[in-house]
Amino acid sequence: MGARPVQEIVAFCQEIFEDLHFAKAREWKAARPGRKVIGYMPVYVPREIVHAAGMLPLGILGGGADMEVIHGDAYYQSYICRIPRSTIELAITGKLDFVDGMMFPSICDVIRNLSGIWKLLFKDKYVRYFDAPQNFRDEVGGVFYANELRELREGLERLGGRTITDGEIRRSIAVYNENRRWVNRVYDFRAASPWKAPSAEVYLLMRAGMVLPPEEHTLLMREYLAAAEAVDRPMRDNCRVLLTGAFCEQPPLNLIKSLEISGCYIVDDDFMLVHRWLLEEVPVDGDPIWNLSRAFLRHSAQTAAKYEPDMAEKGSYLIDSIRRRGADGVIFAAPSFCDPALLDQPMMIRRLEALKIPYITLKYAENSGQMQPIREQSGTFADSIKLWSAS
Amino acid sequence: MSQREVVKSISQLMQKEMIGRNYDRITGGAAKVSSTFVPGNLNELLMCFDIANNLPEINAIQNAMRKKSGEMITEAERAGHSEDVCTYVKADIGMMAKGNIAPNGKPFPDPDVLLLSYTGCFTFMKWFELLREQYKCPTVMLHVPYAADGRPTRNMRDYIVKQLKEDVIPTLEKVSGIRFDIDRLRGYLRKSAVAEDDLVWMLESSKRRPSPIDCYFGGVYYMGPIFTAFRGTDEAIEYYRLLRDEIEDRIARGLCAQTPDGDMPEEKYRLVVEGPPNWTSFRDFWQMFHEAGAVVVASTYTKVGGVYDYDGFRHDPDHPLETLADYCLGVYTNRSLPTRVDMLVRNLQEYDADGLLINSIKSCNSFSAGQLVMMREIERRTGKPGAFIETDLVDPRYFSAANVKNRLESYFQMIDQKRRSGGSAASAM
Amino acid sequence: MRTFIGIDLGSTTTKAVLLDENLEVLGRGITNSRSNYDVAASVSKQEAKIGARFTLFRQALGSGGGVELLLEVLERNFRLEQFLSGLRQLEETCEAYLEDPRFRDVKGALRQALSAVFRRIEEEAPGIYAPGADRKSDFFRDIAGSRFMNLSESVSRESGVAFDAMLNIYDKSIIDIESRVSSDETVSRQLSNGLSRALSEVKGAGIGEAGARAALAKALECGLEETYVVGTGYGRVRLPFPKEHIRSEILCHGLGAHMMFPGTRTVLDIGGQDTKGIQVDGNGIVTNFQMNDRCAAGCGRYLGYIADEMKIGLHELGPMAMKATRSLRINSTCTVFAGAELRDRLALGESRADILAGLHRAIILRAMSIISRSGGVTDQFTFTGGVAKNEAAVNELRKLVRENYGDVTINISPESIYTGALGGASFARRAVLA
Repeated sequence: MGARPVQEIVAFCQEIFEDLHFAKAREWKAARPGRKVIGYMPVYVPREIVHAAGMLPLGILGGGADMEVIHGDAYYQSYICRIPRSTIELAITGKLDFVDGMMFPSICDVIRNLSGIWKLLFKDKYVRYFDAPQNFRDEVGGVFYANELRELREGLERLGGRTITDGEIRRSIAVYNENRRWVNRVYDFRAASPWKAPSAEVYLLMRAGMVLPPEEHTLLMREYLAAAEAVDRPMRDNCRVLLTGAFCEQPPLNLIKSLEISGCYIVDDDFMLVHRWLLEEVPVDGDPIWNLSRAFLRHSAQTAAKYEPDMAEKGSYLIDSIRRRGADGVIFAAPSFCDPALLDQPMMIRRLEALKIPYITLKYAENSGQMQPIREQSGTFADSIKLWSAS
Repeated sequence: MSQREVVKSISQLMQKEMIGRNYDRITGGAAKVSSTFVPGNLNELLMCFDIANNLPEINAIQNAMRKKSGEMITEAERAGHSEDVCTYVKADIGMMAKGNIAPNGKPFPDPDVLLLSYTGCFTFMKWFELLREQYKCPTVMLHVPYAADGRPTRNMRDYIVKQLKEDVIPTLEKVSGIRFDIDRLRGYLRKSAVAEDDLVWMLESSKRRPSPIDCYFGGVYYMGPIFTAFRGTDEAIEYYRLLRDEIEDRIARGLCAQTPDGDMPEEKYRLVVEGPPNWTSFRDFWQMFHEAGAVVVASTYTKVGGVYDYDGFRHDPDHPLETLADYCLGVYTNRSLPTRVDMLVRNLQEYDADGLLINSIKSCNSFSAGQLVMMREIERRTGKPGAFIETDLVDPRYFSAANVKNRLESYFQMIDQKRRSGGSAASAM
Repeated sequence: MRTFIGIDLGSTTTKAVLLDENLEVLGRGITNSRSNYDVAASVSKQEAKIGARFTLFRQALGSGGGVELLLEVLERNFRLEQFLSGLRQLEETCEAYLEDPRFRDVKGALRQALSAVFRRIEEEAPGIYAPGADRKSDFFRDIAGSRFMNLSESVSRESGVAFDAMLNIYDKSIIDIESRVSSDETVSRQLSNGLSRALSEVKGAGIGEAGARAALAKALECGLEETYVVGTGYGRVRLPFPKEHIRSEILCHGLGAHMMFPGTRTVLDIGGQDTKGIQVDGNGIVTNFQMNDRCAAGCGRYLGYIADEMKIGLHELGPMAMKATRSLRINSTCTVFAGAELRDRLALGESRADILAGLHRAIILRAMSIISRSGGVTDQFTFTGGVAKNEAAVNELRKLVRENYGDVTINISPESIYTGALGGASFARRAVLA
């Protein structure tokens, strides 16, 4: 790739983001006969195994802000969040017809049951509800998880009509190690100089990684970093916030932009945690399944969908991120009706209050239209942080 | 509770006494107390350690039926809990804030252990994380994987058994100071199975016409002992024996289902119901059914603390830990949607029901997410009509009597009209 | 003759339909719903009987020349008669309230002032019912209320009598009037007087006076036996009817739509409080239905809030939306946030027409999901309820139905507000002659 300016790279990502027909993934599939695409939902799936099977893992994050949901509402009551209904809408309007299988991680009961809906409605597709352990002992949760990974591997072998070797999984682990390294670099870069990497851009860059093969996504991030570093952008007198709670249904891009416009630089977030779920490099030698299992048990992010056995450790990931990123405060942004985010929130808030870390809470849906109240809230938050730190 | 007079049978009086005694034990101070959930509760195991079993959902239900849950929920929302989330949790947290008084009027002691049986409900995990902050007591997670492909796998079962051995049992030993005795567990499990046989007989008695029982509104009473602190006890065996005698007597006398207002004079509609009941207006809700002559012949809510009829599960004293694992894996909310559809289709057919009613509960995504798809699939497979109403568990703000009644009436009249027109083959006149 | 009556007790209006044995509509009646459901039902029933008298009158007149003209003129003059006798009753009631001890000191002045107001309304009355006159409402309460308000304000200013006192007396009196139902005799008299007025109005148009009088006499002679009455609608449970005379509005709507358009298979009804998707078979029997869930987002009332917020009439929303150059995307059809969303959009400089176009689309999108939940759209598709009168909503519906279900015949009846009552009346007919 030639050296494209930042705007061009971002425009490329934006196009991927807005394309609900997933043209890029369709192109990838059409490029070679027999290729398969496996969709997955938040918050985490071991994409390494899918990749090792020669398949494309495709992140499905609902229908976004602009899709009109006509039939999806017929599948869900009004008190259920929006992501499953827009995901159903995508499927029944043919936008996922090229997707050969779907993985539904154990994030909450709504996504869990969506796996059953898929089984009822799309009988010819591979459907995998993917349970992760809530017990973190090697010989208990570790063994369980390794066996789940093996089952996934066998399922994909049947779907693909070929075996997946340990060597292939090791190579895929390496690919994702590399991808994660660059994801982390982008995050580090933004935290260090947020005016150079606006959150909307970083977000779009990460969204591209939901659709592109990881190797391409890695190259894209490298290209972006080089281009963003080279551009001179004005630094604004914004406060630094960490955004949390948006790990499943995504806020509209406008919301992310609004926060920054109103005076908050986002220096860390939990969008698309799958990119950064594993906190350390996964070893590339030894039993790859066991390595992936152990990485999950010992070095993975904390989020509301994961049990924290030690009460003292509850919230430590959030607090560490605040410190590491030098954040002034936290924005709890939760999708309406999101059980994990909303039930976890009071516990996180208690931790922050004990440390006198300022925060605000807001709710959104992927198609929230009114940004004015959000801008007002976050603008006031930014002002109060500045006043507070000045005094 | 309502001021209206309630017709009660001997078994109901016995159950009331049992529940009262359990609350006295919990609040008495002598026994160690565990909090745990109804689905996947390990009552027999807790009994091995002389630990009393306190179930927060049951407390929330008790508070709702006493019309106290509303203010508890508001209390929790004032303390920062979202209005979007489960009202069982909020009723529980609100109850704590209001002095944590048990239904017997005495304060609940702080639990000695939180047994987080994470079975079929995501909220359970957050619920006990929240309680743990309050009580700061030992908390032990029992993660029950979701049986997404219709049947539990060996891996799931092994995982649960290992958690029991490595985490749950050692924690309970430490809390109680009593060593685990597997033969004691076997003894309780043997008793469970005896009561479970009579329970299944009871469930299936509603295949008769007229049905001698209502298996939803009445069913929640009949399920009480087996779902709560009595599975594995002699009392439960006795209760289900007594219940069976009562039902046999009703059958012999050709009686329709029993209601709080007496026996239903006539059985006009037979329904299968999916989803928990509403508790804040439980009796009004029931009345809408029995006034119309509608009896519920099968319901999924009566499977929420264990499924015993669908695939014949009984607790098996010969495989004590494995059987606990299978029990947990099999509770209704841990079953996949295709399995739930299959269960309901079989119920509609085997119980000769007129249709399916779904009571969709705002609080409970485990039940509710996907019910509309289930309804369509079941209608397609059985040709029987479905109806959909929406209420909540214990939040009085989410029960609109006029709305619910309107839909029920329309539904019953639709069934009438279909019958009269002989499946709409006859002419409009 | 035997008649079969359906009464649909809605949240804002109560409708009645009178059928004969051959399922022909003899008359339709409508009135504003009021706290006394029984009265609302009786008034709508009497109105439907009046409709039936007109039908019988037309039949008795035969097909001679000038019949249409005579009917039209009679209708107006009958309404005028009805209005004037309502006004007389109102005045009498007001007089009675003057005896209240607290008006002791001002009684004389008040009586004069009230009398002045009523004389002026009487003077205006022929104008209200003049040919081509535009009336915002046909309900007595609305017409008399607005005139009283206007006129008593100026009378109060002229005479110095407290406006509040006049209003107070009016408010009490109108409640009494609204709880009365005209007797058959009163109606007969009003029709006869109306005919006299009508005949003098059309003098020279070649209509035989004697023939017309004879025809009316014949129409009034015919006994209209209430053979069976069925109640439906949201307020049906409050009707003092035995249970077997009550039918759910879903069933009545399904059957009513079938009666209007026998090819109907799917019915959409968007009413004030709820939206219904109903599937019926070839005999009008309901096979499936869905209503909006607890949340009333996207129901007719939503448009009401928007109209209030924009300070324009409900009926003006559609035409304004039709002027849109583009349709804005509106995500929330939540009635609670309707005002906020609107103000937000206006603040962003969006045009009212474009916003309204988006709002209409949002409502129809919501309705589409309810239809989808009930089983989709099957040819033919009948759209009923107040929103079916709104051209912008109908346009969006046509577009979305075509996009999602292909070519489907869409039926909208000008009498669609009577769909539920018509279904009820058909049930009444079935109950007796099935």
